[in-house]
Amino acid sequence: MDQKGYRRESFQSTTSDEDMLEVAGASMDFSMADDDPPLDREMGGFSSYNGGGMNSTSTMMDFLEEPLPGVGTYEDFNTIDWVREKSRDRDRHREITNRSKESTWALLHSVSDAFSGWLLMLLIGLLAGSLAGLIDISAHWMTDLKEGVCLAGFWFNHEHCCWKSNTTFTDRDKCPEWKSWSQLILGHGEGAFAYILNYFMYVIWALMFSLLAVLLVKGFAPYACGSGIPEIKTILSGFIIRGYLGKWTLVIKTVTLVLAVSSGLSLGKEGPLVHVACCCGNILCHLFTKYRKNEAKRREVLSAAAAAGVSVAFGAPIGGVLFSLEEVSYYFPLKTLWRSFFAALVAAFTLRSINPFGNSRLVLFYVEFHMPWHLLELVPFILLGIFGGLWGAFFIRSNIAWCRRRKTTRLGKYPVLEVFVVTAITAILAFPNEYTRMSTSELISELFNDCGILDSSKLCEYVNDFNSTKGDDLPDRAAGPGVYTAMWQLALALVMKVFITIFTFGMKVPSGLFIPSMAVGAIAGRLLGVAVEQLAFYHHDWAIFSGWCSQGADCITPGLYAMVGAAACLGGVTRMTVSLVVIMFELTGGLEYIVPLMAAAMTSKWVADAIGREGIYDAHIRLNGYPFLEAKEEFSHKTRAMDVMRPRKNDPPLTVITQDSMTVEDVETIVSSTTYSGYPVVVSRASQRLVGFVLRRDLIISIENARKKQDGIVSTSVICFTDYCPPLPPSSPSVLKLRSILDLSPFTVTDETPMEIVVDIFRKLGLRQCLVTHNGKLLGIITKKDVLKHIAQMANQDPNSILFN
Amino acid sequence: LFPQAPRMFAQNSRNSASPVLLLVLLGCVLCPPAQASKSSEDIRCKCICPPYRNISGHIYNKNVSQKDCNCLHVVEPMPVPGNDVEAYCLLCECKYEERSTTTIKVIIIIYLSVVGALLLYMAFLVLVDPLIRKPDPYTQPLHNEEDSEDTRSLAAVPVPAGARANTVLERVEGAQQRWKRQVQEQRKTVFDRHKMLS
Repeated sequence: MDQKGYRRESFQSTTSDEDMLEVAGASMDFSMADDDPPLDREMGGFSSYNGGGMNSTSTMMDFLEEPLPGVGTYEDFNTIDWVREKSRDRDRHREITNRSKESTWALLHSVSDAFSGWLLMLLIGLLAGSLAGLIDISAHWMTDLKEGVCLAGFWFNHEHCCWKSNTTFTDRDKCPEWKSWSQLILGHGEGAFAYILNYFMYVIWALMFSLLAVLLVKGFAPYACGSGIPEIKTILSGFIIRGYLGKWTLVIKTVTLVLAVSSGLSLGKEGPLVHVACCCGNILCHLFTKYRKNEAKRREVLSAAAAAGVSVAFGAPIGGVLFSLEEVSYYFPLKTLWRSFFAALVAAFTLRSINPFGNSRLVLFYVEFHMPWHLLELVPFILLGIFGGLWGAFFIRSNIAWCRRRKTTRLGKYPVLEVFVVTAITAILAFPNEYTRMSTSELISELFNDCGILDSSKLCEYVNDFNSTKGDDLPDRAAGPGVYTAMWQLALALVMKVFITIFTFGMKVPSGLFIPSMAVGAIAGRLLGVAVEQLAFYHHDWAIFSGWCSQGADCITPGLYAMVGAAACLGGVTRMTVSLVVIMFELTGGLEYIVPLMAAAMTSKWVADAIGREGIYDAHIRLNGYPFLEAKEEFSHKTRAMDVMRPRKNDPPLTVITQDSMTVEDVETIVSSTTYSGYPVVVSRASQRLVGFVLRRDLIISIENARKKQDGIVSTSVICFTDYCPPLPPSSPSVLKLRSILDLSPFTVTDETPMEIVVDIFRKLGLRQCLVTHNGKLLGIITKKDVLKHIAQMANQDPNSILFN
Repeated sequence: LFPQAPRMFAQNSRNSASPVLLLVLLGCVLCPPAQASKSSEDIRCKCICPPYRNISGHIYNKNVSQKDCNCLHVVEPMPVPGNDVEAYCLLCECKYEERSTTTIKVIIIIYLSVVGALLLYMAFLVLVDPLIRKPDPYTQPLHNEEDSEDTRSLAAVPVPAGARANTVLERVEGAQQRWKRQVQEQRKTVFDRHKMLS
């Protein structure tokens, strides 16, 4: 088989890539490529998608033609046929409804079929919530393991270790049960040697965790690396990647996510949590026939599972559903909306009952203040939006450049070494600065926190004037020396995080992007907030402040600036709109801050879009060459279908199969000499009038099965795709009827159809290929890959970068 | 009319029985942590009192129930004389917190055992497995990076594709071989040819 099959001038889409399993000729053992259990011999009776359930003919021969296992499934790295899957589901549903009138058992069966979707959502929510709780608790513990150990029970992290003992007001972290490594080894925690020992242990633990993570990924489940969201977007648009949502990927991703987060690398766990939740969804689908056998229904379930994933990551069920709708899903029927919400709620509730952070909070950085803001503060908020947009565009450009370098040069040959070096650099640079030493979630939590009299962290070290304190309402105060120290440390942390995240995202460990971007934005926001606060305090007589910020009033909340900054940066990188605002206001628990959040998110999206069109996930999809047909962009060129279709002018004519004049041998020759994934069936070569379309995989399976099981099928048997086969002389071998695998309603367009309409049809209907006719005769074929290449060509990108089918 | 119908119903009832079983199992697993043991070491009332006049700030912990979680019950000994108590208590903030040590212990132990099991399995596959198998020049070690051996390794399937593996051991070995081939394919796609996830 041609090694570079996808590069040559192919008429129709090529099959899965070169060295996947041998398809033509050899006996198909497709169970090797599946993560599904081997197909059993039983399959519901609905393989034909041209209308009725079973075939409408009444001959004895057809009765024995029950659908074969394997017919109607797809190969790896292929696109599904949405139309076929949807009509199969409708047939199945119709069958069940019709039969439900016959007996009580059938009625119960139809009721249970209707409820199976809800039961599946419940199970997905439970499993996703439990796994998220496990990830949270383990990551929390392992992060603290880098600094010390709890003598009261090694499974306690720092906070829980000191839970019972009385800590002092200023030193809330110290308690006798928690020993740092230098205290454990040397017996005391002070002095230069103890500091160096702590430093050393920190780096060693970080390296151990990340090395373990990358070795586990490489050894057991290579698909578990990266964020997962670009691939899930592609899968949900109809692509098949076998093993990407399998059991081993789930286990390894969960385990290595904890390790990667604990090693102090600049990555988050939200993106990988979406992957974990989708794996749960895919695995649980196998329990229900309705979802196991139908790829389109399965993708509905995966959309809901993605919503549950974001819901447990942020404690935001509504935000999760909107994220799934906006970012991840391709076709999102309204029925899925309600079910996704249910799954997200169940997941959030399960996580809440596991209570990973105490106090029944779902996320570490929950915001609890509700201070009002003033209209004039919109100016700094919009500034933060601009910063977020600029940073987002910068990050996307540099990260894609680095990932491309990893993909094409020798850097990509040493993934373990790369992880080692990046972890070493991160750990060595992170330890001296206390704001990079703590885990990024804790940093965000501290930055979001509004300083009250009960806080004693460095960031809250303001000059207190006790005579004017009334209860909990603190006025704006002058910054003490602690705040100034914190400011320059935070500035250094900002610079470090901006640069190290570029090299971290995309490494061969599970890595998410939400937390680092929120951290960058929160640091920038807090810096700006403290600056504005001090400006208002020292110059409260200026015109802009005198109206609303008199002396002694509490007008500026730096915590709010941090939050707005986080939203701006996250929006700049991912280009989320509604879902971002909803997630952020679900984090705060109130609607007071919706206007600042929206202002910042909108500004950052506009600024970032002005610099570069794509968000990070779309950019990674394009980098990897996934066959993802972008649904949001307009195709605005004036080409026509005849410019894109295959065969082109100088190519040999279209490979077709005739409806009743080809023998088994002819068809086998065609199938083995070409690599197209399907063939049109015409009445005869002379007339080229279209009968239907048949898929390669179905042909191979049916012919092999017929040779083994049916009597009298030999190489000279005629294959007949029609209802009534032409009569043959009695000495000829028996006819092989293959009407049941023929798609009698392939989509056709004429050659003069504008490509805008063709692209729209592909998008809206989810087609894989579309036949082109001229004056009623079959002229050529357009596949999804041709459409993608054409779009890339029109946008002056490299059309050969579309790798997969 | 539909000869497959009884078989299909049996299959579907089998399929709908297993999710119910799974649900029951999940419930049993999740219930104990959810009804967390309200043992005395898992609840506390934490009162934070800021610096007041010449008294420094202090944090008080006591395990009392939620209705007793206020400044008067928890702050002992009271650092201010009787008439100042109310002003002092107004500044203090008391919160009732609970946690479940059992959940934490169980989850960390589960996690560590999974990691340990994976490490052992990896060590087994790298070190022990090549030794106990027949020294076959066509079988590949766990971490390989060459394309050319691919077709040969496919040809070295010990059990022919059509035959039914009879004993449990043979079936397990067949499944393991399949899984190893899958992982090799994935590794080639991601690490060697950089077709995905780069």
